Amino acid sequence: MFNFRKYSFWFCFPSLLIIAGIALYPVLHSFLLSFFKFNLHENVIRFNGLGNYKDLLIDTRTREAFYHTFLFTISSVSIELVLGLLLALFLQRKFIGRGLTRAFSLVPWAVPTVVAALLWRWIFNDRFGLLNELLFRFEFIDTPVAFLSSSWLARLSVIIAEVWKTTPFIALLLLAGLEMIPQELYESGKIDGANAWQRFSNITLPLLKPVILISLLFRTMDALRIFDTVYVLTGGGPGNATETLSLYTYKTMFSHLQIGLGSTLAVLTFLTVTFVSAIYLLILKRSAN
Amino acid sequence: MKKVIFVLLLILVIFLLLWPFAWQIITSLKTPGEISSFPVTLLPKRLYFENYAKVFNSGPPFHLYIVNSCIIAGGATLLCIVFGSLCGYALARLKVRGTNYILALFLGVAMFPQVAVLSPLFLILRKIGLLNTHLGLMLVYTAFGLPLSVWLLMNFFKELPNEIEESALIDGCSPLGVLYRIVLPLAGPGIFACAILVFIFCWNEFLFALVFNTSMNMRTVTVGITLFPGLYEIPWGTIFSAATLVTLPLILLILICQRRIISGLTEGGIK
Repeated sequence: MFNFRKYSFWFCFPSLLIIAGIALYPVLHSFLLSFFKFNLHENVIRFNGLGNYKDLLIDTRTREAFYHTFLFTISSVSIELVLGLLLALFLQRKFIGRGLTRAFSLVPWAVPTVVAALLWRWIFNDRFGLLNELLFRFEFIDTPVAFLSSSWLARLSVIIAEVWKTTPFIALLLLAGLEMIPQELYESGKIDGANAWQRFSNITLPLLKPVILISLLFRTMDALRIFDTVYVLTGGGPGNATETLSLYTYKTMFSHLQIGLGSTLAVLTFLTVTFVSAIYLLILKRSAN
Repeated sequence: MKKVIFVLLLILVIFLLLWPFAWQIITSLKTPGEISSFPVTLLPKRLYFENYAKVFNSGPPFHLYIVNSCIIAGGATLLCIVFGSLCGYALARLKVRGTNYILALFLGVAMFPQVAVLSPLFLILRKIGLLNTHLGLMLVYTAFGLPLSVWLLMNFFKELPNEIEESALIDGCSPLGVLYRIVLPLAGPGIFACAILVFIFCWNEFLFALVFNTSMNMRTVTVGITLFPGLYEIPWGTIFSAATLVTLPLILLILICQRRIISGLTEGGIK
């Protein structure tokens, strides 16, 4: 017979090697770089101890980047969850063309984030944008609004773009969860005289909770690293009003060429994401018990 | 009455899902004059296909970007399927020590913020001369597509009946032979779904492509789309023609194979 242990090692080896070399090792290297002053332009490396971390702690732009990242994550993920649940409940009903509607909900997910962001930038355009035209036509405004030039409207635009792109994904996850709930529970609920809302809050929500938590985990991790949408839609502007951690890190590394300081930012981003996912996993574990 | 409300809701849902994408196609068919005019027209006055020609003759070599994206995303998908099916099969059937740790590791990598590896990968790729190459991005995408592939393929393999594999092993077929002669042909549909998902991930990726492939001829489509030069105005017509060209084939493919893709997408989250 075969030595399965040997086989399983060699079967897993290439994948683990690639992951270790291209994902794990670079993270460790980032930690190392975060203690150095390293400018790509001059190509000199100098040990800086905790200097980079100190610089970032007193830097208001870092604080703002944290604030925007969390603002976008919390608001877009919570809106997506509510809309996604509504969409999932809708798609669960039986009607003609249901398969096609489900297929359509893959469209926002499949469009590249960059293309979606360009599209929203065009829709929010201050002179020839569709949104201005519609608001104007229905007489909500009499002069065009420059959506991407005001801090709060720009932030709102980012959130709208994110919500459109990712709500269908959450809906499909939740839909799969909904379909695993046995129909008999609803039948017996009906017999016991529970109305639609009671059936939803006493049967659907508790049984859907694990799936909700997992979709929240996926989406939160994804939202915390938001880059493409902001880079294309606002470039972090106006000023730095929509700049997120990933965007600030990218700019520090490849516009200012400060690899060391950028790596420190990257490490902070990494630690934040790890911390948040640890909290989620704790909640998941507790709810599983 | 209830039915009318339902149909109205259905139309609203479909409209919200599709209209931004439809608006992209509509804009791509307008003349530059119509695009920058007020009031905005909801449909093109006449169909104008010039924008699609401009995609290829307005400066940047967009045909090369399509070729680059095909090579990089195709290559990475192939590597993900080959290595991912080996690893997924081992995790599904052969007893691997620390299976749970390996799966947790893959899940962790799938959730990494990409910026955490950006500067070291840039330095490494620069050192070994893989910046501005197909191979460099291909390897990076393989690493970040592997967690999804392993996870999905493992689930597909687990669902296959075990008996044929076991009798093949007893007859003296090696695990590698079992994988390539028996398991892979049976798991064909699953592998296809996995390949589409990985391909879309690579095709749509932006940040790594923006940083690692900066030379004019080596860009990918996602980066290329953001870089169309405009004289005074942003050339929206050209941009959305290019966007339509690189997304429409994928969307048609997805609409055709939607069932498999939806189950592939949701499987990892539910199990």
